Amino acid sequence: MLRLDGVRKTFNPGTANEVRALAGVDLELEAGSFTVVIGTNGSGKSTLQGAVSGAFELDAGRVLVDGTDISGWPEHRRAHLVGRVFQDPFAGTAPGLTVAENLALASKRGKWRTLAPLLRGAKRGEWRDLLAQIGLGLEHRLDDPIGLLSGGQRQSITLLMATLTNPRVLLLDEHTAALDPRSAELVIDLTVRLVARSSSTTLMVTHSMQQAATLGDRLIAMHRGRVYLDVRGAEKRRLGEADLLGLFTQMRRDDRFDAAACELVRGQYR
Amino acid sequence: MSLLVATLAIGLIFAVLAVGIFLSFRVYQIPDITADGSFPLGAAIAARCLKEGWDPASATAAGMAGGAIAGSITGLVHVRFKVNALLSGILMMTALYSVNLRVLGSSNLQIAGSTVFTPLDAFAQRAFGPSVRIAGYDVPSADLGTLLTCAIVAAAVGIALTLFLRTELGAAMRATGENARMLRALGTSTDRMTVLGLAMSNALVALSGALFAQMQAFADAQMGIGVIVLGLASVILGQTLVGPVRSIGLAVTGAIMGAVLFRLLVALAIRAGLDANDLKLVTAVVVLAAIVGPGWLAGLRARRGGGSRAPA
Ligand SMILES: Nc1ncnc2c1ncn2[C@@H]1O[C@H](COP(=O)(O)OP(=O)(O)OP(=O)(O)O)[C@@H](O)[C@H]1O
Ligand SMILES: [Mg+2]
Repeated sequence: MLRLDGVRKTFNPGTANEVRALAGVDLELEAGSFTVVIGTNGSGKSTLQGAVSGAFELDAGRVLVDGTDISGWPEHRRAHLVGRVFQDPFAGTAPGLTVAENLALASKRGKWRTLAPLLRGAKRGEWRDLLAQIGLGLEHRLDDPIGLLSGGQRQSITLLMATLTNPRVLLLDEHTAALDPRSAELVIDLTVRLVARSSSTTLMVTHSMQQAATLGDRLIAMHRGRVYLDVRGAEKRRLGEADLLGLFTQMRRDDRFDAAACELVRGQYR
Repeated sequence: MSLLVATLAIGLIFAVLAVGIFLSFRVYQIPDITADGSFPLGAAIAARCLKEGWDPASATAAGMAGGAIAGSITGLVHVRFKVNALLSGILMMTALYSVNLRVLGSSNLQIAGSTVFTPLDAFAQRAFGPSVRIAGYDVPSADLGTLLTCAIVAAAVGIALTLFLRTELGAAMRATGENARMLRALGTSTDRMTVLGLAMSNALVALSGALFAQMQAFADAQMGIGVIVLGLASVILGQTLVGPVRSIGLAVTGAIMGAVLFRLLVALAIRAGLDANDLKLVTAVVVLAAIVGPGWLAGLRARRGGGSRAPA
């Protein structure tokens, strides 16, 4: 279970660039649930994930995994609990290391790196089976530097790496946004299969209304650092793409109105 | 011939330096100028310890340990206080200049008595007599013993680093250099990896300095000037020799070969009339050419070829 209690984060406080990225988020995600997060640009989706992964210190609030408060833990200490896939398909793998070496590093997620040979006792058979499931012929490329593979191939492997040790939480941040449509479809397909099999509590950010409408058992819309909408169960299943597009238009309109109001007020004090 | 043997021996000592620079420059992509201070630091500590009556192996190990400490301080300054890696190195190098003078007790220190080279020098003399005839030249057999010691150390360092980079820890270091964010996401502190890597790199550089001092029988505070560029030249030359490789072992071997070849080229150039005072200038130009040359050539070719774009 993943819980956020009154989480707040302001970037560059007290400067001209001050941004209230998270303005008090309370959220409780059931163990093993699959939640999709949508929201306009800058609404705080990535910051929400960062709060969980430990990318920065919180201004207020707590993050709990299975009841343990991890708010004070540095990023690398949380890693054994939290698997992540970023938007950049090259961010999740080390290009000069082989596919097998990347997988081996991921299989020791959160553990001490020892002086044991990295690939000794490697579960090559198991990895081959996993890679074969992706359906891109990657099972034959275990010993190629991963930098030789395409973005879609690398993102698929990153996804495998993130789920390899079945971490308690899985964070996916627009992990198909930078891929061509075919690769994106492939990665989403793999995501669905891996999430269904794992027991990780999954939080997936997307800008695709189709993905938001069809995937997951819960949907959250973020707006201005807050949870604006939260639907689950039967209600979530009824939501169609059209409904979500309507919601988005509404949120954008709110944005514009507030911005215009701000201008107005500022103008009066000039 | 005797000159060739001595040149090879020095080349192999610089190979240890090159392997150290390989670690900082190729694995971490940090041209760590701490080397200019840790090379004479290793030399100074070894010389001082020998003077205090330590045995040569311990004195050399102490020099290495000094380099490791210097490297970890550079690393800590870099990761803890977010000081640019190059600037951290410059600060450390500058600080080490004073440290080295302190360790030496004056601007230089002679090494009398036995060194790490003594056992094999003596062995070669026992085995072959005072000199050996090779290809028509008389070579002092002590020089052959020295060459053997250098070869053993260089090989051991090369093999050890290759094996190390294939361990979990070593692979984590490589991943730190290539994609730190990924490694953090996988639960490893890249700060620790960086500190450890720079410590190891400078330990090797200091080892090279300790060996060099014992070979020339003295250490002085100036002997580190340009060491980083020499190391970079060796690494880059080595990379050109072995080509773009996937195997770590071959890449490390390349650095070793690069150092030896570079030393041979320097010896040839000096024989051919190059003023030794101009050596550093020439080295810097060679390194610059080796770094920008390939890209420039590719660009030229692309322009000529028209259309086919050069790789970035
Ligand atoms: N490290 C940072 N420093 C300063 N400001 C930041 C930082 N990270 C995020 N922000 C700001 O916080 C706000 C929320 O950003 P966030 O990345 O969470 O949005 P998002 O919902 O993920 O948007 P997008 O859909 O564009 O990815 C933005 O205004 C952003 O500029
Ligand atoms: Mg984002």
